[in-house]
Amino acid sequence: MTSPTPPHNSHFGDWLFANLTRLFAVLTLLTLIGILISLIVGSWPAIERFGFGFLTSGEWNPPMDRFGALIPVYGTLVTSLVALVIAVPVSFGIALFLTELSPPWLRRPLGTAIELLAAIPSIVYGMWGLLVFVPIFSQYVQPLLASTLGNVPLLGMLFTGAPLGIGILAASVILAIMIIPFIASVMRDVFEVTPPMLKESAYGVGATTWEVVWNVVWPYTRVGVVGGIMLGLGRALGETMAVTFLIGNMNVFTGVSLFLPGNSIASALANEFAEAESPIYTASLIELGLLLFVITFIVLSLSKLLLLRMNRQEGTRT
Amino acid sequence: MTLYQRRRLVNQLALGLSLAAMVFGLFWLGWILFTVIDLGISGLSLRLFTEMTPPPGSSEGGLINAIVGSLIMVGLATAIGTPVGIMAGIYLAEYGRNTWLGSATRFINDILLSAPSIIIGLFVYAVYVAQVGKFSGFAGVLALALIVVPVVIRTTENMLQLVPNSLREAAFALGAPKWAVILQVTLRASAAGVVTGILLAVARISGETAPLLFTALSSQFWSVNLNEPMANLPVTIFKFAMSPFKDWQELAWAGVFLITLGVLGLNIATRVVFREKHKL
Repeated sequence: MTSPTPPHNSHFGDWLFANLTRLFAVLTLLTLIGILISLIVGSWPAIERFGFGFLTSGEWNPPMDRFGALIPVYGTLVTSLVALVIAVPVSFGIALFLTELSPPWLRRPLGTAIELLAAIPSIVYGMWGLLVFVPIFSQYVQPLLASTLGNVPLLGMLFTGAPLGIGILAASVILAIMIIPFIASVMRDVFEVTPPMLKESAYGVGATTWEVVWNVVWPYTRVGVVGGIMLGLGRALGETMAVTFLIGNMNVFTGVSLFLPGNSIASALANEFAEAESPIYTASLIELGLLLFVITFIVLSLSKLLLLRMNRQEGTRT
Repeated sequence: MTLYQRRRLVNQLALGLSLAAMVFGLFWLGWILFTVIDLGISGLSLRLFTEMTPPPGSSEGGLINAIVGSLIMVGLATAIGTPVGIMAGIYLAEYGRNTWLGSATRFINDILLSAPSIIIGLFVYAVYVAQVGKFSGFAGVLALALIVVPVVIRTTENMLQLVPNSLREAAFALGAPKWAVILQVTLRASAAGVVTGILLAVARISGETAPLLFTALSSQFWSVNLNEPMANLPVTIFKFAMSPFKDWQELAWAGVFLITLGVLGLNIATRVVFREKHKL
């Protein structure tokens, strides 16, 4: 594409239009910078007062005006990681099914159905999770987990305690369902770009479907698959409403068991921000938001870079 | 067991697990939709559309103020966000394909697309609500518009790139200036795709709750003044679902039914429209 024409040329309209569109593109860039600056300015009182200790303190005590980010950060990371542990194998299976197993006429409707999972609003997941999923989860699933996985040494520590339903594990399961469509659709897209020649050669020497996927498709698409997983992680970290309904919103660390309630950055913001009274309380919450923004920015950038690399690699090989 | 048998067994096991994963995904969709329809329909009544949300202590009521508030905010946010998104999308596809500004904007836009929506709410709070000193419907509109923009940019750019260059060249050959070529030829050729993007953006913001929590807040009264806190469906659902009252929870289910129906309907409609247009 040519660069915009300067105004001394007769095409003033062209110059105007080109710069108008450029202005809006710049505006998008400025939004990101604006978010960063406004969050830093908003959280400055907390940064000044608590300094680096904000990141290492586990105390969240509004009446005493003492704040630390450790518990919400812990809750955010743990729920997202457990969600990934559940969502990644399932998404891989779904992508495998959609690209290799499904009869062609079923591909589109099944793909659409999985994508609809991503369209359901977060508040619906939250309300459904709290009122429908949690009662069943605490009555049947949690006792089952406690009596099986709970007896495994070391790992068992994660599955002990009273089956309350609400807690880190329930939030993670719902998060997993919410990010499956994102990861699965990236995986399906990258699986589809594997050159048919490679796959057919493998089939030609007698490989089974699984051997083709594991030895040809997966190595070829590894970078893209990791990019998709990072996208899912980025989504999970910032997910607000569903987690707010399910995590229990407790700001005290009581143990490593996933059955226990906790708090995440996003749900602390959702629950406490509108009611925060002292300026330092508000500033601390904004600093939590700043942390969340920085973490998701890094994760999503990585995801984007990996997917770009996947595209470029595709461009050079085919 | 021979090697051959083992390979077959591993294959069948893997494919069986893959099928199970597919069933797992569909199972949740089915379960959620079933509950929403089951509990939502029993909560549906004419009252929803004629009465206001009940005040604390009372159980009789509907959702009309929340529905109207949501329609106003979603409508205005789309009206503000769409032109911005289309213009920036035009820049990315027509002017900035290989410039650093284009690449940077594309990269940042993809991040904004997946950025936590509660951060957008925090941003609008910091730059608008905190400065003006009160929660308002307009702040909610602003937050939602900021979510619309990246969605529209993304689809507009993608759709414009699908337009064959020969079409542009033909228009240039007739002596049309570039702005006219873009507005009257390329944008028109990709109109169906751009509209799809706008509808997807509407679907996306219709259910957004987090960015409204500390911008528009909510209100139990009739609220059409953009300078005051504004009632809206998602936040009302949030409050009612968390409440211990059965009647309020029923209203929340009815609200969830309306939102889910709208959002999924829009999603399916866009797919159908888009596929019809691009069959060729």
